[in-house]
Formats: sequence, structure tokens, C-alpha cells
Amino acid sequence: MSVKATIDGQEVTVPEGTSILDACTQLGTDIPTFCYGPTITPANACRVCMVEVEGSRVLVPSCSRALEEGMVVKTGTERAEHSRRLVLELLGSASELDRSSDEVHGWIEEYGADSSRFGPDAETVAQPAKVQDDLYVRDYERCILCYKCVDACGVDHQNTFAITVAGRGFDAHISTEFDVTLPDSACVYCGNCIAVCPTGALEGKIAWDMKEAGTWDADAQEVTRTVCSYCGVGCNLDIHTQDGRIVDVTSPLDHEVTLGNLCIKGRFGWSFVHAGASEPEGAAGGTGS
Amino acid sequence: MDLRALLEQPTEVERDAVDSLLGPAEPFNGRVMFGGHSARQQRHLLLPALHAVQDATGTVTRGALGYISERLTVPPAEAYGVATFYALFDVDSAGGSKAHVCDDIVCAQAGAEDLCSRLEADGVEYERSPCLGQCDRAPAVMYHRPGTGYGVSAPVAADTAGVFGFDDLSPGVVHQEASELRLLRRVGVVDPTSIDAYIESGGFQTLAKAKELGPEAVIEELKMSGLRGRGGAAFPIGIKWEGVRDAPGDEKYVIANGDESEPGTFKDRLVMEGDPFAVVEAMAIYGYVTGATQGYIYVRGEYPTAEKRLLAAVRQAAAAGFLDNFDLEVRRGAGAYICGEETALFASIEGHRGEPRQKPPFPTTHGVFQKPTGINNIETLVATLEVVANGGEAFARIGTDQSTGPKLFCVSGAVSNPGVFEVEFGTTLGELLDLAGGISGGSGFGAVLMGGAAGVFADESALDVPLTFEHTREAGTTMGSGAIVFFDDQTDFTAVLRRIAQFFRDESCGQCVPCRIGTVRQEEALARIGSGAALGSIEEEKVRLDDLALVMTDASICGLGQTAASAIQSAMRLGLA
Repeated sequence: MSVKATIDGQEVTVPEGTSILDACTQLGTDIPTFCYGPTITPANACRVCMVEVEGSRVLVPSCSRALEEGMVVKTGTERAEHSRRLVLELLGSASELDRSSDEVHGWIEEYGADSSRFGPDAETVAQPAKVQDDLYVRDYERCILCYKCVDACGVDHQNTFAITVAGRGFDAHISTEFDVTLPDSACVYCGNCIAVCPTGALEGKIAWDMKEAGTWDADAQEVTRTVCSYCGVGCNLDIHTQDGRIVDVTSPLDHEVTLGNLCIKGRFGWSFVHAGASEPEGAAGGTGS
Repeated sequence: MDLRALLEQPTEVERDAVDSLLGPAEPFNGRVMFGGHSARQQRHLLLPALHAVQDATGTVTRGALGYISERLTVPPAEAYGVATFYALFDVDSAGGSKAHVCDDIVCAQAGAEDLCSRLEADGVEYERSPCLGQCDRAPAVMYHRPGTGYGVSAPVAADTAGVFGFDDLSPGVVHQEASELRLLRRVGVVDPTSIDAYIESGGFQTLAKAKELGPEAVIEELKMSGLRGRGGAAFPIGIKWEGVRDAPGDEKYVIANGDESEPGTFKDRLVMEGDPFAVVEAMAIYGYVTGATQGYIYVRGEYPTAEKRLLAAVRQAAAAGFLDNFDLEVRRGAGAYICGEETALFASIEGHRGEPRQKPPFPTTHGVFQKPTGINNIETLVATLEVVANGGEAFARIGTDQSTGPKLFCVSGAVSNPGVFEVEFGTTLGELLDLAGGISGGSGFGAVLMGGAAGVFADESALDVPLTFEHTREAGTTMGSGAIVFFDDQTDFTAVLRRIAQFFRDESCGQCVPCRIGTVRQEEALARIGSGAALGSIEEEKVRLDDLALVMTDASICGLGQTAASAIQSAMRLGLA
């Protein structure tokens, strides 16, 4: 079954169940997203992807609403753009977005979002980063509570349920039970939460250290795709190297085996490569040494 | 699913509290849980289990949470996320007795600040609370003594010794004559603890009549009656009940929404406390008509007397055979305004954080446990009894064409005689004010807040507007939940608005950005205006508030965020602040 609808005056026919966002993407219309991810059930929480649907009293989240027969969708109305601008301003006023993707910085510019307008005393989620081990860092002053890490840890991918959203309202935050450290929690260090984090709140330790020291240079990095050799599953690895040293390991989100996920060995078990050599500049500690 | 348990062990008291709810446990000493399917199916008992330990000890410790997680095979992190969502669970605290002092807009007028200072001076353990639904007897305190239970003191006596005094059986006061009343005719007249008294007053005859008529005929009567939901959304009830009945699937649910938390609203409390069997009878009819075999009455956590009365009423009704093929359970909320939102209420019953869900799909097809669900608030349910008992046509003759039937209003604030008043739709606000004895203390009229914190402020011109869905809409006001709070001309409205903004900031679930951060920025702006420290000019602050209002209204997931700016915006239009 397919449905026919109109988006910004253009007729579109898509399979039933297609989200408004996916239909827009097919038409080449760019809509900002934070909590949406291609491998994650939309949490419908950030509300930056709002569009106007004729007949609807309020705006509609394009990521989690299916396109319906005869729907008339408008993506660039004043109301929709107001909401996107305000959501970007609100997020920027509460959390550090400095390590978000170039795409995010592009949206902030495109919508003219000025997060400083809420004043220097606006409450934020600022707090010291949680550095509890050599594998990864939880830097929650960058967290925008998109729920992606919780879903990746839970039913969407890992089924470990080590982290959750705790508290309520502005005090809502990502936490283990009673905020115990990750080694004391159910965490298995797969790092699949890092893979989906849109703002750099979750990072591998080496990458975080280098960003803190200002030595991280994405443009100078090379990415080499290979297959993980630890077992027979066949996970693709993208090895990120800078100055001839591994600085991060990821897996492509569109790889049919991993959907971007790895295990502790694939993601973190590579320090032997540089055994005996010195650490990269800025990277204190090291990986599993 | 293997889950890692917490290291801490529960105390004997905690273990007994949980076991008394879930039954004795299998021995467990390791750090990995294997609860299996049967344990996981009990996830919905998470809130009752948390209540059990909180009730017994005044806190939810690591050991207790770990034990509950193990018994229900809920990941400890998730259980922690749920426990920390609800205001009435004191997670990882020292425990002990505690007072919850209402400092919301009505109690604030009645001396809540003085009360807090007194408690402070006396060293009484207390925390501030949003509206406790006791506005007719402000100022109010709810208190908890571990092992003994919750109670409410209202109005609080001048000495703090009164704070922890039980007034368990305090009757709801109805100012009108029972002979003039339909919905409230039993309240304060018929013993709410005795099924015999209820039957003697005509109780359970409506259930018998519904069964005589059959489900389709009951739905026809409801449609003919023009009855619309009293919770605020005004949805036609006949259509809703029919929708649940016609929804595909064998497993269906009906829910009585008794999570009345809108500041200034206390009518459902009066009904649940004063006429609990009527709620039970309406639910039995609801189940019969829709084909639901399981019902829940979700009672606000701050209404201990209502919960007690309803539990007793359900027990007696079941024993007397009025609940055949219908399992009716009373569930207690735990301090979260958002759980009055229907999809958040479903999440709460299921044992999750009370986070609302995107609609569509609607509850009629995807409600609690993703099954077809009918959900109505208490006043609506009691009104359905009137429809079935006297016929839809007779009901439709009461009120106006578009707003039919009797309606309950909660009048409080600066009036001589606060309380719940039952009137016909079409009564004007001024007539209601007269019923409540007019503005108290010889002061003049300041403003009126209609529909609670999520409602709108109106000036004196609203006194002539008939209270109907159509007239209030036309006048740009609202009836909302039926809360009507009057303020005199001495009121500091900037402080009132700030308290309303603080209410939304505190009660936002935190799920969506417009509401989670927008309510904070709104409260910050009002605080700045109140202290004369506007960022830029007052005009710039107003632009900021307007921008926030629009994004919250347009882009929030649920009604909480969508109305979080409503009262504040209306007050600014009136020039109150």
C-alpha cells in the first residue's frame, strides 16, 4: 500500500508507514533533527523537526508521524521555522553544542538561533565530565537529553539497560542506578551509546582528551575501513587515524551487520597496535593499557 | 535478558513490604537475575512496590530498589529512573516523617509562607508542594508517617502540632442543599464507607438498568445526552465509549482518571471521598458497555482519604457481586501533575516514567498496554450515571444546547465561602461568585483565574459570561478543569504568575525540549521582571516570553507544555503584570 500526499506543494507517493521526515528527505528537503537517527526508534523528544500539517492545531514532529493519505505538509512556514529556531536557542542556552556536527552549526546559522538571548544567568546543565575509566567519557554538560544513548543501550540495540533517564523536568538527566560508576553498573562497554550521541557528550577517552587539549583535527584524519578480526561476525570497522596513530574506531551506521554497533573488543581493543610507542599529543592515559 | 543486580541488600522491613505485595520470593544470592516471563509481566507493579517501601520506611533505599528490581526483573537503572520521576518517592534519603506544605496560588493567599516559617523554626521536616487539591480549606499540608500512612491537615491549625494530626474522616463540605443537587446529592449525606447506605440511597440501580438496556442503547443515551468530558478537552462521551466498544481486540481497559492535580481543582476529590461507590458503579457500567474486563481507578497520590474510600468501596462492591467479570483495581499516583495527562497516566500504570506519548494513535485503539482503552475523569463518570438513570433526553434538557447537564465548579481564593458548587451550564461566573459568598474581607475584585494554572486570567467583564463551552470559548476564557480562583485587588500578581511559572517548571516531565527548557526560561524571565532586573527592557522580556509561549504551545508533545504559558500570557494581556 502506498499513500499520496503533498509536501510544500509537491505531490509525493510513498509506501504506507513512511515518516514525514523520510518523505521530505526523498524530496531533498532538509529538516533538522537531533533525537532522530537512522538506526534508532525516534524518541520524539527534541521537537526540532516540526512541520505544519493542514488541519492540525499544533505542529507535527516529522520524524515520528507517518505520512497519511491526502496530508498537506508545509515544512518552511513561519510557525515551523519559529519552533526550530526556538528549540535550537533553548538547547544552546542549556547545553554546550560546540562539539556537535557541522550540520548542527549550519542549522544554528540558517535559523538565526541566538542562545545568548536568555541572559548570562540562564540555568544550564553544566557539570564536570565523568571520567571513570580509560575507555570513555560522559561529558554531560553537552547532553541534550535526546534519549538516543538510552535506546541504544536498551531495546534498540544492546539490551543491557545500564543507563536511563532519571529525575524530572530540567533535572532530568542520563544516569545509572543511583549514579553508580559504569564499572559498577550493568555497562558492558560496547560504546554503542557513543556511536549515536549527536553532541559529543559521549566520547572515546582518547578522542575526548584530544578535544580537551585542542589537538583533535578531524580534517587531518584518515578513515580506513576494515573488518574486525576478533570473531567471525564480520563487523566493519572504520579506523580513524591522525598523525599515523589510531584515535577512534567506529562502525558505519549503514553496515548491514552492525548498524553502527560494535562490542568492547571491536571498539576499544586496539591499543596493542601502538604497544611500546608514545601516546598521541594531548591523549592522557590511553586505551586499555 | 540477564540483569545485573545491585550489591546492597534490603532490610527485613523493606523485604516484608515488597513481599506483602508480590508474595514470598524465591531464594536469590547471586548478582544475575533470571526472573523470566512471569516476573516481567508484573512490571506494572513497579509503582505499587515502590509505594510499599516508601510507605513503610519513608524512603526508597538502594537495597529496596535492588530487591524490587530483582522481584520484577526490571533493570535497576530503569527502576531508578521511575522512582526519581515521582515527587513522593524519597530516593536514597534518610526516611522518616515528612510534611508536604502546599504553597501554591490558593494556599499562598491563606498564609502558606507563615506556615513554612513556623515549621522551619520548629525544626519540622517538610518540603513545599504544588496544589494539594484542598483549596476550600487552605492552607493545607499532607503528611506522611512511615508505617502509619498519609494524612491531610487542612486548614492547618495555628500550632504546628496540628500538622501531623489525622483528620482521616473529614467530610467534604457541600454548601448547597442536597435536594437541589444531582452529582453531589450523596456527598456529606450518605455514609461513604457503607455499601448498604449506598444501596439504600438508590445505588447500583443504574448498573442494573444499564444491563437491561444493553451496551448499544446505553451508548445511544449517552450520545443523545450531549454529555462532554469534564476534564478539559470536552470530548463527546457517547462517541468515546462507542469507539472503545468498536475497537478491534478482546483485551480492553477502562480507566477512571482521579489524578486531579490542576491547581485550584478539588471537585473529583470531593466525589471520590464523599461518594466512592458512585465511581465504582460508573466504572462497572463503563466496563460492561465497552467490553473491558479490567478497570483502573488512578487516584492522585496526594488524596489518601479518597484512595482509602475507593479501596473499601471496590472491595465491598466485589463482595456483593456487583463486579462480575470485571476486575477493578485502585492505583495510587506518586506526585506528578503530568500523570493526569491520559497517555502519561498509561505509562504510569504500566510501571514507567510518566512521560506522555505522541497522539495519534489515540487511546481508543492504543491505550494502556497498547490496548483499546476508555479513560474519563471522575466527574464525567458520575455524570454518566445521571444519563443512564434518567435518560439522555432528560440530561440534554439541563444546561444549554451545546453544553448539557450539571457541572461542578471549584471556587476558591478570595471568596467568603470556598467550595465545590454544582450548577447547570449557563450559570454566569457572577452567580457562581455569589454562591461562594462574594469577594472576602471587604476587598474589591482583582481578577479571576479560570481553569487553573493551565487556564486563563479574566477581568470583571467575565462575571457576566455564562459558563458554557461555547460562551467561554467566544469570550476567550475557558472552563478547563472547573477551577475558578478569585483574587482580590490587593493581590501581587507578579508573585502569582511566578508561582504558576514555577509550577510548570517543576511539573514538566522533561521529555521534550520546548517544555523542559521553555518552562525554565519562562520562570527565569518572570523572576527577573519581579525583582526589577529585566534583561534589556520589559518590552524585550515580553518578546522573549511571547516567543517561548509560541514554541511551547506549537511544539510541545502534550497539553502540559501546550498550556504552560496560557495563564501568564492572559495576565500580561490584561496588564496584571
